[in-house]
Amino acid sequence: MNFTLRIWRQTDANTDGDLETYKVQDIEPTCSFLEMMDILNERLTERNVEPVAFDSDCREGICGMCSMVINGKPHGPKDGTTTCQLYMRHFEDGDEITIEPWRSAAFPVTRDLIVDRSAFDRIMQAGGYVTVHSGPKPEPNAIPIEPSIAEEALDAACCIGCGACVAACPNGAAMLYTSAKVSHLGLLPQGQPERFERVQKMVHQMEAEGFGSCRNYAECEAACPKEISIKFIGRMNRDFLKSTLILPNNPRGKMDSQ
Amino acid sequence: MSRLGNLYQSVIGKKAIVAVTGSIMIGFLLLHGWGNLKVFSGATAAGVPEVDVYADFLRTMGVPILPYGSALWIIRIVVLVSLILHVICVVQLARHNRKARPVHYKHARNFEEATLPARAMIYTGSIVVLFLGFHLAQFTVGGVGSAPFVQGDVYGNLYGAFQHPVYVALYVGVMAVIGIHLYHGAWSLFQTLGWDNPDRNKSLRMLSVALGVGIFLAFSAIPISFFSGEMNKPSLQHADTSSRSNK
Ligand code: HEM
Ligand code: FES
Repeated sequence: MNFTLRIWRQTDANTDGDLETYKVQDIEPTCSFLEMMDILNERLTERNVEPVAFDSDCREGICGMCSMVINGKPHGPKDGTTTCQLYMRHFEDGDEITIEPWRSAAFPVTRDLIVDRSAFDRIMQAGGYVTVHSGPKPEPNAIPIEPSIAEEALDAACCIGCGACVAACPNGAAMLYTSAKVSHLGLLPQGQPERFERVQKMVHQMEAEGFGSCRNYAECEAACPKEISIKFIGRMNRDFLKSTLILPNNPRGKMDSQ
Repeated sequence: MSRLGNLYQSVIGKKAIVAVTGSIMIGFLLLHGWGNLKVFSGATAAGVPEVDVYADFLRTMGVPILPYGSALWIIRIVVLVSLILHVICVVQLARHNRKARPVHYKHARNFEEATLPARAMIYTGSIVVLFLGFHLAQFTVGGVGSAPFVQGDVYGNLYGAFQHPVYVALYVGVMAVIGIHLYHGAWSLFQTLGWDNPDRNKSLRMLSVALGVGIFLAFSAIPISFFSGEMNKPSLQHADTSSRSNK
């Protein structure tokens, strides 16, 4: 198969970039999208052209590194699929394919298709943990969890932190990511002690990173390779509003009669 | 108060303010629409149109506990404050979002989930604000629009204004815009406040459709009926005996 690629090239965060056009010929339909990019890079190297910088790691859809906006859609045209799991047979021979980096103020482009996603790490560091004591380990099944709750928590835990939700959101919001991380811990009994502190800290970090505000478009859900539901955004909103407005600040304070 | 301050500081909280003020305005629209439909209720035995009686009731409600007209002013202030807060929060969030996504994709975007009404909220909302100014000038303060304005003669004022196709088209058009705003907004507020979930989602979205269509139909029935000649001419006699005596 033959393709015309329009790829975003940018040398570093401080330089302007632009789309460059490349032709790739004789690509097998069984070739994955990233393999096609590898072939392109080999051929560019042979011609002494700087290869296209892009992120990838596991190439099996679990690490979330492969961040590419393909024809305007994060991870390309196939639903529920990461870029690394996309194959050239999903395209037509002769297609023109535009490849751009994630776009968000909080994800600066560092080179070509690579963006800096450490904003996500800082959101996690702010509250995406549970307290584990350092004594002898309890029996893992000692805490009963209702199966449907465990499954729901796993639906949220499917998030691989790739950032496609942010890349897809016209408002640059990171609500799907943050809500998935808030919910997968907040749903489980082990996550209850920090539940409301967690939602406060993670939401505040999300805002401090400069992510946008949700307008309930659900474009994030459509782009998510793990098809995580916007129901988690609603759940996070509720926990956030409850802890902001209702939960006592000082439950052990003194009261007087009158 | 610090809690409300914290709410206002956060983007989720600000959006919640949009949702709550939006709900207050939806409540107002429902009451306003219900009141307006009294134009179809005919007149009292004395020949005073029911809608004029209703307009007078709006001013006398709460009397004698509250001074004449004050209950109506309380409602006006609540709605006005809601509108102001709604617009301030929405504008701040829109600016925040523009900063969060400064660079656009080169490739054209195909929206998969975001509906046109959802993306047009700021435009449909702005049309409503502009219209509101005109609407109050025409039917509350009076003086705008070509028909003679008589304070308290609601039926007559409506009748006069809606003989003009321009006003009929304007009102019907803007009611469609409000309906479109609510098509997204009424569902969106449940999601914003965290009250939507997969069990309720379909019902809540249907409720929003019903609300948008219902508000459009209820409000546009009035200008259309006056224009089509469906409604009786306001009688000269009731213009003298109507309950607008206090004004
Ligand atoms: C009769 C007047 C209005 C009513 C009943 C109303 C109602 C609503 C409701 C219920 C929402 C959803 C809140 C949420 O998702 O959290 C909303 C959102 C919104 N409204 Fe209004 N609104 C009115 C006027 C306006 C005006 C005057 C503007 C003008 C700028 C406006 C702009 C918006 C915007 C931009 C949103 C946010 C939508 C989003 O984020 O998806 N609205 N409105
Ligand atoms: S490279 Fe790991 S998910 Fe694609």
